[in-house]
Amino acid sequence: MRIAVASGKGGTGKTTVAVSLALSLLTDGAWKRAERHAPLFLDCDVEAPDAHLFLHPVIERTKQASVPVPKVDEGRCTLCGECAEVCVFNALAVLGDRVLLFPELCHGCGSCSLICPEDAISEVPRVMGLLEAGPADGLHFAHGVLNVSEPMPVPVIRQLKAWARPEPGQLTIVDAAPGASCPMVETVRDADFVLLVTEPTPFGLHDLKLALEVTRELGLPAGVVINRDGIGDRGVEDFCASENLPILLRIPFDRAIAEGLAQGRTLVEVRPEYRSLLSEMARRISEIVSAARSDTA
Amino acid sequence: MHRIALTVATPDLDAEVDPRFGRADFILLVEPESMAWEALANPAREAAGGAGIQAAEFVAQNGAHAVCSGDFGPNAYEALEAAGIAMYRYESCRTAREAMERFKAGELPAADPPQQGRGRRRRR
Repeated sequence: MRIAVASGKGGTGKTTVAVSLALSLLTDGAWKRAERHAPLFLDCDVEAPDAHLFLHPVIERTKQASVPVPKVDEGRCTLCGECAEVCVFNALAVLGDRVLLFPELCHGCGSCSLICPEDAISEVPRVMGLLEAGPADGLHFAHGVLNVSEPMPVPVIRQLKAWARPEPGQLTIVDAAPGASCPMVETVRDADFVLLVTEPTPFGLHDLKLALEVTRELGLPAGVVINRDGIGDRGVEDFCASENLPILLRIPFDRAIAEGLAQGRTLVEVRPEYRSLLSEMARRISEIVSAARSDTA
Repeated sequence: MHRIALTVATPDLDAEVDPRFGRADFILLVEPESMAWEALANPAREAAGGAGIQAAEFVAQNGAHAVCSGDFGPNAYEALEAAGIAMYRYESCRTAREAMERFKAGELPAADPPQQGRGRRRRR
């Protein structure tokens, strides 16, 4: 099973929930008896990965993440412009007497080299980030780190998921990028369940709606964690009720939790009682996923 | 024929200027002596990415010798420069006609090259 922890709004507590969910299962007797593997934790927020600050992984495997970008052989190129025409990302342009390449716009699809009638385009890897993996407090951990100033996180996320594959039956907990655009979609698209972390404010609600639209478009079951419960208004509660969206956990607005997180401590270190609440939440998610699977079967 | 491209909100010489180069709705092509004009919908305005580059190709294909807009991103600047098209900034101009008058009087400032440390550059 793959649980993606996402949100619309940034800073709602995705990493807080994802990290403590994974750690709670490690100490849950019933869960450990039932599972052969410790959870795999994937931090897919490659633009600003931060789960390692809480989980302290020992990095044992590292790999470069790159996309293949075109290289034009100017001796063979006739400036026909077919490569620029086929590129939907406008990464190539024929202007003046040369082909201009804008590598940071290239998604590495390979269309230009396929279409070139002169066979003048080859592909060379362009490194965009780094993948790292290793054990972390009993968990299996992996994350991707997008290079600074690199505008396109999706290839790094895709390669992270392909590189850090779970064992058969291994639970994967994925910490997603915020928002509801390409990085979030790439992170959650192959999940079995999307846990949407929000806060009970108008901003939280606005972005929760966007994130929920994405999960519904992808046909994925979802549930909500309300973080900083007690602030704001009833908008999120009312919305969840009207959308039949289960609220699986509430975490109160608590200064001790905020202080602990700021010191690099996890929610379950600050408030150990959340271990059982988070384990229970994982069981409910498992039931929802099983029910969704039997519905579609 | 000598033509100047301007980014505008509506297809008219008296149109308000659009300060966005890549994503303006229309490109107005004006012949400075006669002020004869032609407006073309900007094919790049809804591009998934690289709108400035696509718009630069478009003005080059339409024979513009110079282009006026609010400002130019680093990719658009590089593309227009490669095409040999001069770039000017609107500054306080409100309409395309006003921008053309100031262009002809030599009063529009040339666009500055992109700042180092932003946009496209060699990476490690």
